[in-house]
Amino acid sequence: MSTTTTEGKVYDVAGQDWDELVETVTETAEERLVINMGPQHPSTHGVLRLVLTLDGETVTEARTVIGYLHTGIEKNMEFRTWTQGVTFVTRMDYLAPIFNETAYCMGVEKLLGITDRIPERAQAIRVMMMELNRISSHLVALATYGLELGATTPMIFGFREREMILDLFEYITGLRMNMAYVRPGGVSVDLPAGAVDKIGEFLKIMPKRIKDMRKLLDENPVYTRRTKDVAYLDLTGCMALGITGPMLRAAGLPWDLRKSQPYCGYETYEFDVPTEKTCDVYGRYLVRMAEMEESLKIVEQALDRLTGPLKGGSVMIDDKKIGWPSQLALGPDGLGNSPDHIAHIMGSSMEALIHHFKLVTEGFRVPAGQVYSAVESPRGELGAHVVSDGGTRPFRVHFRDPSFTNLQAVPATCEGGMIADVISAVASIDPVMGGVDR
Amino acid sequence: MSSDNLPGVPQGEATEQAAERVARTGMFGAKGTGDTSGYGRLVVRHAPQLASERPYGSYFDEVADALEPVAGDAIERVVVDRDEITFHIARERLVEAMRHLRDDPALRFELSLGVSGVHYPDETGAELRAVYHLCSITHNRRVRVEVSCPDSDRHIPSTVSVYPTHDWHERETYDFFGIIFDGHPALTRIEMPDDWEGHPQRKDYPLGGIPVEYRGAETPAPDQRRSYA
Repeated sequence: MSTTTTEGKVYDVAGQDWDELVETVTETAEERLVINMGPQHPSTHGVLRLVLTLDGETVTEARTVIGYLHTGIEKNMEFRTWTQGVTFVTRMDYLAPIFNETAYCMGVEKLLGITDRIPERAQAIRVMMMELNRISSHLVALATYGLELGATTPMIFGFREREMILDLFEYITGLRMNMAYVRPGGVSVDLPAGAVDKIGEFLKIMPKRIKDMRKLLDENPVYTRRTKDVAYLDLTGCMALGITGPMLRAAGLPWDLRKSQPYCGYETYEFDVPTEKTCDVYGRYLVRMAEMEESLKIVEQALDRLTGPLKGGSVMIDDKKIGWPSQLALGPDGLGNSPDHIAHIMGSSMEALIHHFKLVTEGFRVPAGQVYSAVESPRGELGAHVVSDGGTRPFRVHFRDPSFTNLQAVPATCEGGMIADVISAVASIDPVMGGVDR
Repeated sequence: MSSDNLPGVPQGEATEQAAERVARTGMFGAKGTGDTSGYGRLVVRHAPQLASERPYGSYFDEVADALEPVAGDAIERVVVDRDEITFHIARERLVEAMRHLRDDPALRFELSLGVSGVHYPDETGAELRAVYHLCSITHNRRVRVEVSCPDSDRHIPSTVSVYPTHDWHERETYDFFGIIFDGHPALTRIEMPDDWEGHPQRKDYPLGGIPVEYRGAETPAPDQRRSYA
């Protein structure tokens, strides 16, 4: 099927006989081809749409279309309490829920002026959960790297290892993903009995698993030829486009908020910031691999503290006007309000019941003002711009999601390259559309 | 309720400032019912507009020293709050100020974390705000730049020429708030469909939603529920 427009003849491929199409196209000398990659293409990571203009197999123009997963999380939060906001933000970048929650809660805590009063045990749990989450997120990134370039074993390995972390999350928070675990003031529930042992087991297994993955990919000739010198973006380009995270570190700049502007006590942990100077897809792969190894070190240190000096501490701020009153407990049907707490408010204390009701339905008030809080998520700087008008609900919350900003690098990394390299370029950006569109 | 029976502002340090406008009265969003609780007389005023005086503390004075010679007359006010500094800059001089923030060796805010919009429907003449978060990797510092425009004239100059990363961020702010960034290379919607009407993050745009019925009880849509705020 073909129609003539002002730009020339347009051939449309929509379910007709291919032979017929090939015949008509060969009549013309023009080679320009505009193809739509996505939004339902498996290798575009969710619902990303790329409009590629091709000259032969060379990409001359790459345009990114987003918005297919826009869910209005920022607007919805303006109609819920500050604590309920956590339930929304955890669903943004669904591969890194703990980071979304922590960035948001740090913003709320800064507005409340209680940053220094968060219990150390809660901070250590946050750090441990974030680093576990970083590993699970990087595992998905690396698994899809492999799959999209035609290697299925790294995919199987990556998802298998990630499952171990999701099991840990389920054991600790009750949910594999979207756990709304970090709350303003601390975390929702302390580590359950046995969690420390499970994490310890994981720490024993994981280094070997990372080595296995490295064996598969580090020197794999097919893999290296598909990734080395592909999707080059140097430091100047990264700075101009606002790129952060592994992409920036693969361009040689050791910029990691955990080191440069520490939060949650990261300054007390020992770890390195891996960098590469190659500015290409392979460099980004190596950075992610090394970051997983560093994260394991942090998890180990956090675990030592949680079993040692911080054992038995509180995990929620000692302020009854902010800290959630419901004590959670694991029942036969999952995590819920503890029977002790229910007995207390329903049976013995009217005031406790009133307090519980007020705090849960009305929520707490946050003094008017605005803050920006940022964490180093697996994809780069995740910032939360939180504005309060003094009420019980956020006035405005905006998330500076790293995937959103990093996706702007698609034209810079893909144009002039081969169409097959678009796949590895997008994989190395590692965008999560839930975070991009929010 | 007439204005003469509203409580005044507390006496003391704040006496120089005029009483802030009333943000809301009553409680629970209940209107028209006989108020027997006394909550109906509650008055909540807007938070006063902040403006900080020197010294700002921390590294903020150094940043202000370096910015003032070039863009001093463009700075409408400076707010230091919760260890963060905000420069409110006149929109006509925004691009110049941003360029200076990026290029001056004493400032060097190389990295921009994008644009965030805020809609303050009660602040007449400055309803719409574009908020820029800048980060200096050289000095390891952060500042916030805030620009306002009236709802009747929603124009702010584009800063894509200074920070190319603002391309998508300005499109997003346009999409959600209707702020037109003059000089943007292709200011189109980015999250909402191209033919969408209205700008969803504005406060006059409803959340939408339908009442939910569960086991005989009906819960109104989130923006119709009783509000404590």
